[in-house]
Amino acid sequence: MTDKSKIIICRCNEVTQKEIEDLIDQGITDIEMIKRITHIGMGPCQGRTCIPLVAGIIARKTGMRIEDIVIPATRIPVRPVAMGVLVGGDDEE
Amino acid sequence: MMKNKVDVAIIGGGIIGLYTAYELHKRGVDNIAIYEKNYLGSGSTFRCGTGIRQQFGDEANIRMMKRAVEKWTGLGEEINFPKFKMAQTGYLFLLYDEDEMSRFKKNVELQNSLGVPSRIISPEEAQEIVPTLDTSEVIGASWNPTDGKANPFLAVHGLARYLRENGVEINEYTEVRDVIVKGGAVDGIKTSRGEVKAEIVLNAANAWAKIINEKLGVNFPIEPYKHQGIVSEPFKKGEIKPMVISFRHGGAYLTQKANGGIIGGIALKYGPTWDLTPTYDFLREVAKNFTRIIPALKYITIIRQWAGYYAETPDHNAVIGKVKEIDGYYISAGFSGHGFMLAPAAAEGMADLITKGSTSLPLDFYDPYRFERGELREQAVQMG
Repeated sequence: MTDKSKIIICRCNEVTQKEIEDLIDQGITDIEMIKRITHIGMGPCQGRTCIPLVAGIIARKTGMRIEDIVIPATRIPVRPVAMGVLVGGDDEE
Repeated sequence: MMKNKVDVAIIGGGIIGLYTAYELHKRGVDNIAIYEKNYLGSGSTFRCGTGIRQQFGDEANIRMMKRAVEKWTGLGEEINFPKFKMAQTGYLFLLYDEDEMSRFKKNVELQNSLGVPSRIISPEEAQEIVPTLDTSEVIGASWNPTDGKANPFLAVHGLARYLRENGVEINEYTEVRDVIVKGGAVDGIKTSRGEVKAEIVLNAANAWAKIINEKLGVNFPIEPYKHQGIVSEPFKKGEIKPMVISFRHGGAYLTQKANGGIIGGIALKYGPTWDLTPTYDFLREVAKNFTRIIPALKYITIIRQWAGYYAETPDHNAVIGKVKEIDGYYISAGFSGHGFMLAPAAAEGMADLITKGSTSLPLDFYDPYRFERGELREQAVQMG
């Protein structure tokens, strides 16, 4: 059997399939709470990789329909921006 | 099936509602239910800046926060959830002029007299604590090593897990629409999933508290203001251990989280408003002010920005107490940005009040009726 503790679901924050499935087994099936506990979807990629995978795992394990799983908010900036870039003109060296 | 009769119904599944349920359960109240219209923590708790400080300027807040820190540091073990730990990494207020210095010296004296080990330190000592600081204009700092921060996600998750295991009913996605009053006393609540009989109702809905109050003809001045926060990509851990504060820089607060990313914000606020759209002005002002405090941050990227409410009162202190007009109705809301840090002490005081009618904690300071009597407190400084 596949070792789920070696399957990375969230590359930004190194969250494994096992960590997510363990939470679901404990009754934590709300993707919003799984997000806060494991930090899936909160890294630099804003969940582009992990959120669909996590939604799939929840659907498979709980029997929920994947279209009924409300995807958590994507926060701005959608891509990481250096503070020096945001400061702009008044910080020239 | 949701219970149709409880002893205590708590409106709001944030840190205040959960922690108060926990304190009530400790006191032997066993039929408690929490009603949260969204998911736990979704209102203000999960949007907060994570800071926990005792460096306040008045006796009541200092005493409450000293008690809160005692409780925060023991919570993980108490609820068998050692993953939750308060990190006592300190709060460092950077001071830039004599006015700030004299105000903070006075505060430190008061804090020391109440057993909080804060002290005024030199710019060099501040730089030892955070080596990357630009201290060229800093004349000193107010430092308390027993302040710190904690992870609100884990606090909520740990408390909710413990409460569920101990028979407290937690109802998410269940909106309380009204409180049923009969003969001047609480009789129950109306929720989106039906009616529930209750002897006692606690309004712990923070920014939303006034919506319920207005239906009952009770009015305490609590208004939602939009504040925002950011997190950065992770970098070498331990570079910015304490919460660093600078009033000179837009009321900035920032610290490194456990994963090495920065969490922080500035005092810029909008409102009163229910709008929570993040603003570009905030993002730019954060970058400008943070990079003046710690210049090397210009190389660090911001990865997320979000908004949340400060449920503000006119004196920036919470509304905690018994509602006189309706027997059995209590309120613990309007925390003005300090709900997370104050939660353990506010919960202890409220649980005492509900079960014994009084508490040794200075809850009078947060008396809901001070506004109508015109007895506003000195404004508490709203900061992380």
